[in-house]
Amino acid sequence: MTPEPPTLDKPPQTRDNLVEVRGVHFTIGSRVIYKAVDLDIARGRITAIMGPSGTGKTTLLRLISGQWRPAQGTVHFDGAHVAKLSQNDLFEQRKRMGMLFQSGALLTDLSVFDNVAFPLREHTKLPERLIRDIVLMKLEAVGLRGARALYPAQLSGGMARRVALARAIALDPEMIMYDEPFAGQDPISMGVLLRLIRRLNDVLGLTSIVVSHDVKETLGIADYVYVISDGEVIDHGTPQQIRDSRSEWVQQFIHAEADGPVPFHYQGTPYAEDLLNGSRR
Amino acid sequence: MTTMQRGFNTATGWMADLGRGAIFLMRILFSLPGLILKPRLLIEQIYSVGVLSLVIVVVAGVFVGMVLALSGYRLLVGFGAEEALGTSVALVVVRELGPVVTGLLFAGRAGSALAAEIGLMKATDQLSGMEMMAVDPVKRIVAPRFLAGVIALPLLTSIFCVMAIGAGGGYFVGVDMLGVDAGSYWSGIQSNVDFGEDIINIFLKSGVFGAIITWVAVYQGYHAPPTSEGVSRATTNTVVIASLAILGANLMLTAVLFGSH
Amino acid sequence: MQSRAVELLVGFFVCLGIAAIFILTMRVSNLADTSDVQQGYTVVAAFDNIGGLKVGAPVNMAGVRIGRVADITLNQETFRAEAKLRVSEQYKLPKDSDAAVLTSGLLGEQYVGVGPGGSLKNMQDGDEFIITQSAVVLENLIGQFMTSMGAGGDAGGGGNAGGLPAPDGP
Repeated sequence: MTPEPPTLDKPPQTRDNLVEVRGVHFTIGSRVIYKAVDLDIARGRITAIMGPSGTGKTTLLRLISGQWRPAQGTVHFDGAHVAKLSQNDLFEQRKRMGMLFQSGALLTDLSVFDNVAFPLREHTKLPERLIRDIVLMKLEAVGLRGARALYPAQLSGGMARRVALARAIALDPEMIMYDEPFAGQDPISMGVLLRLIRRLNDVLGLTSIVVSHDVKETLGIADYVYVISDGEVIDHGTPQQIRDSRSEWVQQFIHAEADGPVPFHYQGTPYAEDLLNGSRR
Repeated sequence: MTTMQRGFNTATGWMADLGRGAIFLMRILFSLPGLILKPRLLIEQIYSVGVLSLVIVVVAGVFVGMVLALSGYRLLVGFGAEEALGTSVALVVVRELGPVVTGLLFAGRAGSALAAEIGLMKATDQLSGMEMMAVDPVKRIVAPRFLAGVIALPLLTSIFCVMAIGAGGGYFVGVDMLGVDAGSYWSGIQSNVDFGEDIINIFLKSGVFGAIITWVAVYQGYHAPPTSEGVSRATTNTVVIASLAILGANLMLTAVLFGSH
Repeated sequence: MQSRAVELLVGFFVCLGIAAIFILTMRVSNLADTSDVQQGYTVVAAFDNIGGLKVGAPVNMAGVRIGRVADITLNQETFRAEAKLRVSEQYKLPKDSDAAVLTSGLLGEQYVGVGPGGSLKNMQDGDEFIITQSAVVLENLIGQFMTSMGAGGDAGGGGNAGGLPAPDGP
């Protein structure tokens, strides 16, 4: 067992945290993604997970949702040990969470309306008229009621993400996980998404997890921030605490400096040596 | 040493693939009963694997029947036995060519499309998205496609056989063009094609082939690496593996079904 | 509605498939034949040699199909092959009709040809043919030809090998 940081030393039963991650160790093949990660996601707040690309931030969401299982450690969602749930219980639990994929993950053979209606039709026996009302309500919330007849291929990236958001809230979940919601968005859709995430969280009383590497937007929206690198939590705190972090690494990350603890150059033999060995590839 | 090791790794890789495939098949089979509640999903898939393969199967059936009648006639007329033309065309089509050729066409037309479709759904996170919506993609996406393949291929094979033997193919060339007597064409077929052995054999073989092809296709698609290269590899693998598996299974089924004679 | 078109096409496809199955069973296979002899009677024909006759082979009279071979057994006492012929009810056979194992064409399949007799009474279920003619076995025919050559070129079938009724001519 790895010693837990004192600030997080709470038993998993504590009910003000919706999700509690303890000592999670995870590898893909021989690649170590996480070594002993501890995280708490507080109820009703927006918690951001930040870190450079390729540190497996999305992996964390898959661990929380139970799509993958950690090699060591535990993930608790509302007191339930996620990795030990049966398939049915896991599916019941997933109805309580929504996830917004980076690509939107809309079903390409269904229209916008049918995409949002999909979870309702799969999980409820509501009459079609009621489903129509709910879908229009959710689409109205993301401002795309007029686009209901379009197909995913006809949507811009930002619109697709908003449709996916409408779909994620279709079943009125308790928690929404956003995977890189700001990546590749123009300033206007970025502003729309930021407002949506904040408003949904506050109006619907949701718990939100935002995984991102966009520093300015994330620090602007989050209530609490975890910074992850090389499979470890480097620092955590409120956005202001992160800005004031004494960790060199965090400073390099949030100020987007090209060189620092994270070197500009990928590991390799010294430059001059490499040039002199002209015959080797 | 390295070659041996590589060979060993490849072999264990195949074994692991086969094991995962078998587990996957089990999951599909256990998901099938749930389809009773959602017949619409099945109908949509019968459309995309069955109806869309219809034209190629009909055209191929007509051509195969024609060429069998032509070459069979040249062979038989040398013995003065052209009355046996119908028999020879029908037996070849019903016993071997019908199920095998339709299976190969199905693997190329529907199998590759299935693998690409599911592979792309995986690459674009649609499958994970479904899982996150607490919908099992094996139940929602894979099982209807599998069952549709098992239902559609016997129907396609029957259509192929009728096209090859009947008025479009063998009958047209044999009777209308080469002048074989229509009565002896049909009576020869009727007295030599046995219902219990040959016609049931069509359904047995094509049902098994349908299961093999769709199984390979959905497995390849579902387990494809989520990249464009992965999807294209899955498509190619589907056609190659499914075609070889059909030919191998055909040999075994023929040996079992006609072995006692 | 797009889904309506899909349903229609799938319905069309399934109909087409079932029609094909129907054609295969009724037109291509022998299922239809076996069913139309359900209404009929069985007569027995004993042959010294049935050659390549098989169960299911047609029974013809004057080239018209009147039934099929239902069963073939070897009689352990007479050592003759007994073929049970299932004949359709609508065809009446005179009591003294004869049965022969014949071949259609040079290499075709073998069938039972029935020649009509002159009796006013008809055969009943279970009756046996009095006059039968066995299959022509090629080896016997050649052997016969060789013996008659050896006997002095007396072409014309003197020897009667294996109880074969002499064919009309070599």
